[in-house]
Amino acid sequence: MSAPGGLVEQLPVLLVVVPLGAAALVAALGHWTPRLVADAVAVLVAAVASAGAAWLVVEAGGGRVVTWLSGWSPGVLGGTGGTGSSGGTGGHESVGIVLVADRTAAMLVLAAGVLVLAGLLFSWRYLEETSATYHALMLLFLAALSGFALAGDLFDAFVWFELMGAAAYALAGMRVEEPRSIFAAVELGVVNTLGASLTLVGITLLYARTGELALAYVGERLRAQPADALVGFAFALLVVGALVKAAVVPFHFWTADAEAAAPTPVCAVLSGAMVSMGVYAVARWWRVAFDGVLPHATVEHLLMVLGAVTALVGAVMCVYQRHVKRLLAYSTISHMGVAMLGVGLLDEHGTAAAVAYLLGHACTKGPLFLGSGVLLNRYGTVDEHALFGQGRGRWLTGSVFVLGGLGLAGLPALGLWWGKATLEHALSVAGAPWAVAVVVAAGALTSGSVLRLTARVFLGLGADPRARGEGEEPEEPEEAEEPEEAEEPEEPEEPEPVGYRTIALMVAPAWLLLAAGAALALVPWVHRAGATAGAVFADRQGYVDAVLHPDRPHAGLVGHEETVWTGSGLALAGLTLVLALLVAAAALWAPRLRAWPPGRVAARAVRPVVGGLHQVHRADLPEQVAWLLAGAAVLAVVVGR
Amino acid sequence: MRTRLTLVLAGAALLVLAVVGVHAVSELPAAGDVPHPYGARAVAAAFGHATANAVMSVTLDQRGFDTLGEELVLLAAAVGTVLLLRELAAETREKTEHGYGPEDVFEALRLVGYVLLPVTLLVGGYIVLHGHLSPGGGFQGGTVLATGLYLAYLAADYRALDRLRPPGVLDATEGLGAFAYVAIGVSGLLAGSGFLADWLPHGTLGKPLSAGTVPLLNLAVGVEVGSAFVLVVGKFLEQALLAPDDVPEEG
Amino acid sequence: MLSWLPYAVAGWIFLVGCYGLVTSRHLVHTVVCLNVVQSSTYLLLLAVGWTRGGTAPIFADIGRSRSVTDPVVQAMTLTDIVVGAAVTALLLALTVQIAKRRGTVDPRALRSFEQESEE
Repeated sequence: MSAPGGLVEQLPVLLVVVPLGAAALVAALGHWTPRLVADAVAVLVAAVASAGAAWLVVEAGGGRVVTWLSGWSPGVLGGTGGTGSSGGTGGHESVGIVLVADRTAAMLVLAAGVLVLAGLLFSWRYLEETSATYHALMLLFLAALSGFALAGDLFDAFVWFELMGAAAYALAGMRVEEPRSIFAAVELGVVNTLGASLTLVGITLLYARTGELALAYVGERLRAQPADALVGFAFALLVVGALVKAAVVPFHFWTADAEAAAPTPVCAVLSGAMVSMGVYAVARWWRVAFDGVLPHATVEHLLMVLGAVTALVGAVMCVYQRHVKRLLAYSTISHMGVAMLGVGLLDEHGTAAAVAYLLGHACTKGPLFLGSGVLLNRYGTVDEHALFGQGRGRWLTGSVFVLGGLGLAGLPALGLWWGKATLEHALSVAGAPWAVAVVVAAGALTSGSVLRLTARVFLGLGADPRARGEGEEPEEPEEAEEPEEAEEPEEPEEPEPVGYRTIALMVAPAWLLLAAGAALALVPWVHRAGATAGAVFADRQGYVDAVLHPDRPHAGLVGHEETVWTGSGLALAGLTLVLALLVAAAALWAPRLRAWPPGRVAARAVRPVVGGLHQVHRADLPEQVAWLLAGAAVLAVVVGR
Repeated sequence: MRTRLTLVLAGAALLVLAVVGVHAVSELPAAGDVPHPYGARAVAAAFGHATANAVMSVTLDQRGFDTLGEELVLLAAAVGTVLLLRELAAETREKTEHGYGPEDVFEALRLVGYVLLPVTLLVGGYIVLHGHLSPGGGFQGGTVLATGLYLAYLAADYRALDRLRPPGVLDATEGLGAFAYVAIGVSGLLAGSGFLADWLPHGTLGKPLSAGTVPLLNLAVGVEVGSAFVLVVGKFLEQALLAPDDVPEEG
Repeated sequence: MLSWLPYAVAGWIFLVGCYGLVTSRHLVHTVVCLNVVQSSTYLLLLAVGWTRGGTAPIFADIGRSRSVTDPVVQAMTLTDIVVGAAVTALLLALTVQIAKRRGTVDPRALRSFEQESEE
């Protein structure tokens, strides 16, 4: 295990350990070093981690980089297993923890790295009053995201899952002067921890059945015996934690609050990276451990229904938000539902499309959150109505919103185009055109809401919402009157000349992400890489072989690449865009529409549904727990029979 | 109304989970008869590395990566708690009279505290250092060490405790403890055995100097955990002692 | 029949903890109920790891051939306990801040900030 080949083999470990070590140092010495040092170290580490992840994406190629930790490779013990092994592992099991880096995992680690980097760059100027603890927590978050994606062991994944959670709770609640932040952090904490406990019960039951923790071993042992109720129940509980992270209905109530109230750079990472990890986990655990064990059709239908419901509920709720960050949070929920549709196909193309979608979403949603942070910083509020017309002429920030909004509809040449086109193709090939309609609807509604927001704030289009008096009272008046606390209270009233450079520095990371998204859509190598990644992900036997026999050479796969720029893809993108513009226009000129008889009828029909959704989403903490348990019960009944 | 609906929803969900759960768990062997192939391998591996405490071998040697993550969860929590309970510029800090000054402590309590403090610290240190030989280890020992310091608070007063916790020092020891763990792991990489490999000479089973890197890792963990808990509980004590009297206790 | 008892107890504790979470009136009670739920996971882990007639896997004073309980599960439980303690600390810190800002610690007051708003 020496030099060049050795370094690549250790790369997965380093991607986790370097941010961890750096976080420990920053936490240790932060008290005595100036803020600039903490900023610089954190940014440097995030940049190095991103570069390392990019290298890993290339090196993983058509195979996997497998790293057994602590020196315990299979065969070190000479294959002693006590009783003869009953599974197909051949008695060669190891006692260590394994990291498996295939291209998909590496791409998600890269996305996490880039998002954390963007967040840290943004917070360099945005968060004036913060200590080194913030930087330490962000680095820990990065390490946890990386570890979770790369883990080849269920319990190890659980530990990184919990670290993700701990960092998120602290980061989400860090603005302690803001009650909404703390409330949101408590909701996030309780619901995520309960979900994690259910996942742990699932892991325990799987351990009881198979006697193993490494995903590959678990899969092999499960396949050696017929599935029974225990396996199904274990799967149901196992994915609850992942689905909570993925903000899938009915585990999603924490998302809107947390992403609305957390500091902006944290929101960008939560929304782009953490939720993606939840979706990824479901796909990975199914593919390696449960594929061929549990009934295919049952799980497929379950995941697709969950995905569709999430996509639609998120999209509808998104339309009715006036708090910019909440709007973006619901849009995230919706897009995670769409990605879950891809995962739910349980095949190579569906998963490849879902991963592409997750990457594109990160490059679209991240900039939007950063843009909302600029709005908050500049105007002290993120209420769409209060911001009406305020942004006229501010095109540095406005352009981020325009591109982000169009990107959410899957505009070709922007981030989501790749994922959306491949997803729609995979869904229609698999015989689920209704799912394609859901994808288009979700894209149209979310994009329309962002475009409406952009038009209101930056163009002053439509009726002035503050002039309207009808039914506009928000439930809690003090939320609307009291502006969100600006992060820089000492900013001068007229930010013109001084503010411009600061704003440019804050907008730069958003542009970085948008550019990355454009690269995803336009660079052909990315599409080939994605197709290969999908093929490798679906290759269950290859995964198991690589883990069981890391020293043997393994043949690399090449993915069958689907053309991304198809006529039907472009047509659907066009359709989504047109619908999005209609949605935006309908909202902007709503009073005039309502005066028109069909408009009035439509509004009246929609009101009870939307009202009901609103009521449900005003869930307090015990209700959210009840919904989580209900979701778990449904999963258990469907799969665990 | 909402409350009742919530209870119905939760109750139904729990009932369903219980029923499905019973049906599922009945497919398991009875407790005590569950086969443990991984466990058997782990015990053999512990012997291979001369670690008497097989649980410690699993925790710090075989599955040391997990423990690294776990330790950093604790660091995240400690750092996060300090962040969340920080003073804001707007809050004025009245650090004058606490509810529990030196004159309020019973003499007996003070005596017991003074006697128990060094004993507790000694026991904690023992548990940390002998983790590879007997039940214990860094986490358990670190916790004992931390609670030992709180005897100082109980026996004396908050000011005494505060003197024992100069600001910044505990953050440093905590972070450096975690970093030491990482560094020992990296040393395994540099020694060519792999990250967190137990590459030091293993010695003989049952002797204090055995199990290679495990005692060192225990020490690092002990330092980190002890510092983390002192930090966390200290922050809460600060809040409790400085809280105004009109914060309601019930919701 | 009694061999199912450990599983049954773990399940019961889980149910009790969840019931507490749903009916809680005080955030500290909520956090403790979360701890109870986590305790049920420890118990389940240890129940799965128990070997009939096995002793603790500490070989300082017993022979190598002695039957022992599963050390892996005990290591997992240790990790779980530490994680539980960490999360408890964070949640309680948040609770303290809620008490200071809002004057109430009723989880029913933690209502989602959803507003009835038109587009």
